[in-house]
Amino acid sequence: MAEPMGFFTDTTVCIGCKACEVGCKNWNQLPASEEPGQLSGFSYDNTVRLSGTTWRHVKFVEQFEQPYDGRWLMMSDVCKHCVQAGCLEVCPTGAIIRTEFDTVVIQSDSCNGCRDCIAACPFGVIDINPVSNTAQKCTLCYDRISVGLEPACSKACPTDSIQFGPIAELRERAQRRVEQLHEQGVEGAYLYGADPEGPLGGLNAFFLLVDEPEVYGLPREPGLPSRNLAPSAAYSTIGAAALAVTGLVTLRARRSEEVAAAEGRARVEE
Amino acid sequence: MPDTFFTTPPHWTWWIVPYFFVGGISGGALALGGLLHLVGREADRPMIRMAYYVAFIGAIISGFLLVVDLTRPLRFWHMLIQSETLRPMFKWWSPMSFGSWALLAFSAVALLLALGALYESGRLRRSWLRPFSRGLVANVLAILGILFGFFLAGYTGVLVSVTNRPVWADSNWIGMLFLFSGASTAAALLILLGGARDMAVTTRERLSKFDDAALVLELIALVIFVVSIGAAARVFLGWWGVLLVFGVLIAGILLPLAVSRGKVWRVARPHVTAAGLVLLGGFLLRVVVLLSSESVHLAGGRVIAP
Repeated sequence: MAEPMGFFTDTTVCIGCKACEVGCKNWNQLPASEEPGQLSGFSYDNTVRLSGTTWRHVKFVEQFEQPYDGRWLMMSDVCKHCVQAGCLEVCPTGAIIRTEFDTVVIQSDSCNGCRDCIAACPFGVIDINPVSNTAQKCTLCYDRISVGLEPACSKACPTDSIQFGPIAELRERAQRRVEQLHEQGVEGAYLYGADPEGPLGGLNAFFLLVDEPEVYGLPREPGLPSRNLAPSAAYSTIGAAALAVTGLVTLRARRSEEVAAAEGRARVEE
Repeated sequence: MPDTFFTTPPHWTWWIVPYFFVGGISGGALALGGLLHLVGREADRPMIRMAYYVAFIGAIISGFLLVVDLTRPLRFWHMLIQSETLRPMFKWWSPMSFGSWALLAFSAVALLLALGALYESGRLRRSWLRPFSRGLVANVLAILGILFGFFLAGYTGVLVSVTNRPVWADSNWIGMLFLFSGASTAAALLILLGGARDMAVTTRERLSKFDDAALVLELIALVIFVVSIGAAARVFLGWWGVLLVFGVLIAGILLPLAVSRGKVWRVARPHVTAAGLVLLGGFLLRVVVLLSSESVHLAGGRVIAP
């Protein structure tokens, strides 16, 4: 297996130019928007979210209480290529696979559009592409990295907010950047998803954030769907046993009822 | 805010709501038919046959609804066979994969029992169908019908819990809730159909007793479910909550219990009225559980919730 590869996204140097979105759409031949020219109505961000046709999305977190008192946080969001991936876990067709780079890829020709992966993803990354009518998301440019090229988004990023490389190397680089920011007085800087001992075994696309995860639209403790499998199945089995006993007790024909029914029939015949 | 709110809805809406409803009835009917087959008497046979017909027709409708819900319906077989290698596709840890195989097995058992019922009623005279109506083979099929029936009625709840979506993944009790609801709605439909076809009164009365017991179990499971979802219950602080309380709890559980016992409201045909209300409540339960979660989505990093 090749070395695990991934993204380190440093949100502190993102300028919200959306070159990554454009680069991604360009390389992957994705349509500009499901609704061309749309405005969100609540943000300068016009693509709003990740979707089947937007595999990179720059979130604009506009923290303004007053018009001249606030800040913009920018974060280029993407599939996290979880080390333990919920989408891969539930996919009933085997369309979702883990590659030799430890990334997670949906094989469009096997997907039948059941959408279980959409519900399973703890980050709301996957959606249906209305062109292929299959579930789609970032492939971490599998076709490019297979031949030694950098993914289109990180290649296009003008500030190196998105960095691509071997995960181990990226983690070291990210840790140094956090320390640098702490020294500069940005005490709130931390890494989200870089810990291999953390949720989902770590994320192969991890982030440097300066506010709570929820502010960026990220879950604090993302989990695998299968955490609910054993208890749900156990409670349902107990329920089935209770119903079976209820059925055996209430549905059993009693001899007295049968005799009464037979007598009733006999009277009718007379 | 619960972590489950930072996710995208899978658009399981107006094909899946009826599937969950019909699948519940279908599973419950096969289980009830199997139970009556094992502990019932001769007078129950028309109702048993009706239960098998309902189960099989429900299986057909369920399969149809599931296939048309796919965004690539012609690839429905990918659920069962790997498209490239043509080997069986099965993941025991994925409720959708397990459920696809279980629905297939359920349909096969329901088909054989329905064929046996047709033979028994004289509508299909083929001697090779005889073992499916009476005797050892029919008994084994009835037991399998109980197992697969309860599975089909409940697994849909487990399926939605094994996700990361609001409400669904916040509770481990939806499988049990759907199971009880599937059993109660199946009993209600059989009571209605049995009344229309003038089946034995004693059978319908026993089914009504079963339905009352299933409703009590459903009531307990519903309370546990609402308590268990914790902070995600905020989705019910609006119209979904109104529907849950008035549609599911009052109209679908408490009123039928009151009506069938004749203690609060006296109506001309209490069992029929109660059965109709149970079916309405069972449908609304699926509407509330599925669509309340579907209404939560992300936009610009913000959670949009009711």
